[in-house]
Amino acid sequence: MRLEGRGQIDRDHPVRFTFDGRVIDAFRGDTVASALMANDIRVVGRSFKYHRPRGLYSAGSDEPNALVTTGRGRDALPNVRATMQEVWEGLDVTSQNRWPSLTRDVGAINDLFSPFLAAGFYYKTFMWPRAFWERVYEPLIRRAAGLGRLSGEAARDASEKAFAHCDVLVIGSGPAGLMAALTAARAGADVILAEEDSHMGGRLLSETDTIGGLSGPQWVGSVLNELTALPNVRVMERTTVTGAYDQGTYGALERVSLHRPPGRAPRECFWRIAATRTILAAGALERGVAFPGNDRPGVMLASALRTYVNRWGVAPGQSAVVWGNTDTAHRTARDLASAGIHVAAVIDARADATTTGDWPFYPGGEVLSTQGRLGLKGLQVRHGRREFTVWTDCLAVSGGWNPSVHLASHIGSRPVWRDDIQAFVAGPEPVPGMDVAGAANGIFDTAGCLADGLRAGNVAVQAIGLETHSPDLPDAEATPYAITPLWEVEGKGRAWLDLQNDVTTKDVRLAAQENFRSPEHMKRYTTQGMSPDQGKGSNVTALAVLAAATGATVAATGTTTYRPPFVPVTISAMGAGAKGKGFAPERFTPAHAAAVELGAPMIEAGLWYRPSFFPLSGERVWRESCDREVRMVRESVGVTEVSTLGKIEVMGPDAGTFLDVVYTNTMSSLAVGKVRYGLMLREDGHVMDDGTVARLSEDRFVLTTTTAAAAEVMRHLDFVAQGLRPGLNLRTVSVTEQWAQFAVAGPRSEALVRSILDDPAAGVLPFMGCTEASISGTGVRVFRISFSGEKGYEIAIPSDRGEALWRLLLAHARMLGGGPYGLEALNVLRIEKGFLTHAEMNGRSTAFDLGLQGMMSAKKDFIGKALAARPGLLGETREQLVGLRPVGAARMLTAGAYLFGEGAAATREAQQGFTTSVAWSPTLDTFLGLAFLVNGRARHGERLRMVDHMRNVEALVEVGPPCAFDPDGGRMRG
Amino acid sequence: MRLTCPHCGERDLREFAARGSAVVLSRPSAGASAEEWADYLHIRDNPAGEARDLFYHTPCGLWIEVTRSTITHAVIAARPVREAKP
Repeated sequence: MRLEGRGQIDRDHPVRFTFDGRVIDAFRGDTVASALMANDIRVVGRSFKYHRPRGLYSAGSDEPNALVTTGRGRDALPNVRATMQEVWEGLDVTSQNRWPSLTRDVGAINDLFSPFLAAGFYYKTFMWPRAFWERVYEPLIRRAAGLGRLSGEAARDASEKAFAHCDVLVIGSGPAGLMAALTAARAGADVILAEEDSHMGGRLLSETDTIGGLSGPQWVGSVLNELTALPNVRVMERTTVTGAYDQGTYGALERVSLHRPPGRAPRECFWRIAATRTILAAGALERGVAFPGNDRPGVMLASALRTYVNRWGVAPGQSAVVWGNTDTAHRTARDLASAGIHVAAVIDARADATTTGDWPFYPGGEVLSTQGRLGLKGLQVRHGRREFTVWTDCLAVSGGWNPSVHLASHIGSRPVWRDDIQAFVAGPEPVPGMDVAGAANGIFDTAGCLADGLRAGNVAVQAIGLETHSPDLPDAEATPYAITPLWEVEGKGRAWLDLQNDVTTKDVRLAAQENFRSPEHMKRYTTQGMSPDQGKGSNVTALAVLAAATGATVAATGTTTYRPPFVPVTISAMGAGAKGKGFAPERFTPAHAAAVELGAPMIEAGLWYRPSFFPLSGERVWRESCDREVRMVRESVGVTEVSTLGKIEVMGPDAGTFLDVVYTNTMSSLAVGKVRYGLMLREDGHVMDDGTVARLSEDRFVLTTTTAAAAEVMRHLDFVAQGLRPGLNLRTVSVTEQWAQFAVAGPRSEALVRSILDDPAAGVLPFMGCTEASISGTGVRVFRISFSGEKGYEIAIPSDRGEALWRLLLAHARMLGGGPYGLEALNVLRIEKGFLTHAEMNGRSTAFDLGLQGMMSAKKDFIGKALAARPGLLGETREQLVGLRPVGAARMLTAGAYLFGEGAAATREAQQGFTTSVAWSPTLDTFLGLAFLVNGRARHGERLRMVDHMRNVEALVEVGPPCAFDPDGGRMRG
Repeated sequence: MRLTCPHCGERDLREFAARGSAVVLSRPSAGASAEEWADYLHIRDNPAGEARDLFYHTPCGLWIEVTRSTITHAVIAARPVREAKP
């Protein structure tokens, strides 16, 4: 119900939303939880295992029960904590894990079987028969598992990621966090203040005690006014710091626009914050008590009830009982009474406790059990020897406070137990650069938190080398914290620990009895703390129950390992920006648009896009275009773009000496104006890459690499230059993106090149020659090299002129009866010639395997030389590169097929090699293949079976040399 | 993780390519034995404590030797491999 005249909601702005289709009236400033309470909706969720009806238990991100789904379809978000979701007009909220409705849930039948579903049930039950594991048990368990469901539709790509750096990161904005931020900010530090809630202030928004003569919210407002006016402070509300990582790095999830109707703003933003110093002022989480029937809707944390009454002006009923073991619980009774709610009883576990209020008071008493079905109706209370029933709608319970040490424990530090406060706190500097302050540091009075925040702020200021400017501390509440242990009440009926996963004290004792006595074993055996809330409210209580069951102290029992994230993080937020093109950006060549204009389908080559062929009208399949383009190159002239090749310049007096180290063959002897084919090995003796080396001048070389290996080769060259030969005087630079490059190939290539050069004579180059020339005044580099087997050139031009040169080349090629060719034709041309790509340089092949052993200089050392000579990498046992042609009526050859002796069985044991590249050769009117074959060079002329088990293709093939066309190279030299 | 490139300053790990232990800087000479080569290529210490690893800062092309702790993950020092003693 709504309480008049209380709360920080905006009563002038009513908001309507729906919960399971029912229209709910709320006000701006409400959460879904407070609005449901205002409308007397008590059952807000069903538990995971037994489908028990559950009500609101907390008022923050530790909420175990009120998990809901917001939105539908693409916008659906499951397992949203109703306590964290602010209401907005039109918000669509659905309850979870129930059918057909929250109050009538068929799944509740599980509860009747609960004696059979105790901890370890799965481990013991789903063991046999083995055949049922995948077909019966797994689908069954998967269907039953989980709370909210994914919609199955792709989520809107609506999240972002961001990075931030600061001197001081303050996590939490209660009295300690605000005072720490203020102290650091006044000293001039760059401060980020991150707060999980929609509003800054922490518990100050929920308590009625004054601070510095102001109400909590007023004081918070005054501090915020100062902080937000400072240029060195960034205040981030709705931002949960989710994890601590190395080097002062923190992950944080900002709920950017989930509190308002969907618009242009991102839904969430995942931050990576790098902080020199961090002050963890995340406060403490109140814990409940495990007693029979403690999961009845209406049983809630005492501090949460204060929050609902004071911050949102709502209450769960007309009367309430308060039960606790510290003085903070008494505040709940005081605030309830002042709000006009009947306080039916105050029970304090401490026998020596006193009270100031006018209500039935039972020091040393306890609650034995609860009554009610879909909501609390009454409690069985014991006081001394007397047992009696108290009729009430609500029980506010407090078993003490657990400092929020999660982030302090994320990179290995274990929290330590303090007997005086019956709780775990962080050790000193648990994360490098982190200080823990306030309630997170085990200080539970406001004045103490303010002073501790100031202390931590000054420590941070000094650590970063600034002068301290301590603000004055305001007067504030300073009640000493006196606690007696209150973990559980044993009795008839189930006492719940983990409300989300339905773990009871009996389950924990069963775990201990079955020798799962360490916290980590108990956790896995019972699933305690393995639900979305990660046991925020229940883990320490479960450890206390485990300690009692094993006869150990809580301190000796210890905790399970805290791991990020502190709250669930949607994958779409964590991976924001990394889908599709964000994952694999597109690299376009200078002539990309011109190729697309011609209707060329693009094929991915790493991140690059290359035209696969250039279809003419009337051509129905790619092969028609490809065959035509191959014939065109062989008969007249073709032009294709090769800008994706890696291009690296090596300059300096020692450049030649350096290239001798990285290439197997000698480059220092290359004459100026000449090009040489080069082979690079890895140090382990296998082939890394091949390419050409051109000497432009005495101290200037330009290398090409294959498209795929461009980055690897660049790294390798720099490694050798800087790490292995630091004494050599040279520089390397990648110019891949600076130069567009085009191959011109075919018998009429020279005519084409001459026709476009400013000085046609420059086009008269010997085979493997290079020169600098110009086209319309723009400097170009012309290389007389060939990857097609035809007389060929490559022309490089600064990238911004690339498209113009492409158009010019095409226009002239067409006049000579030629045109463009794509990657498919390029591949056919090189297979006809037996030239290599990374299908052959596959990371396992050696120069010997490829028949290039003659390129390994005996006169000098080079990378990979020693290990290429290992016995295992040479000789008859190696698979060597060969060419294949089908014999007889073969349908086709395929790449990746295996080779077997003619008449041998196609089994793994009989395997002789495999095919790497295949193509239909329109030039030779046959399929051609390249393959690795054991001792292949000695087997030319032999017949083999080629079997592709995957595609069910078989052919009889004949082995030959890799080069099938123009073996003498006369056409190329032309 | 962030590393400090001596050219460019503190940078995110995503700008670097890793290449394992700095022992690859101590390349055996041409006449080394097979055992020396096997050690160089394959055998690595797995220290609990300080380790020297190589990283390549892709944007500027500098190879650096990073000294870091495998226990605390603290990055202790970074210098160009040109200045690193093999």
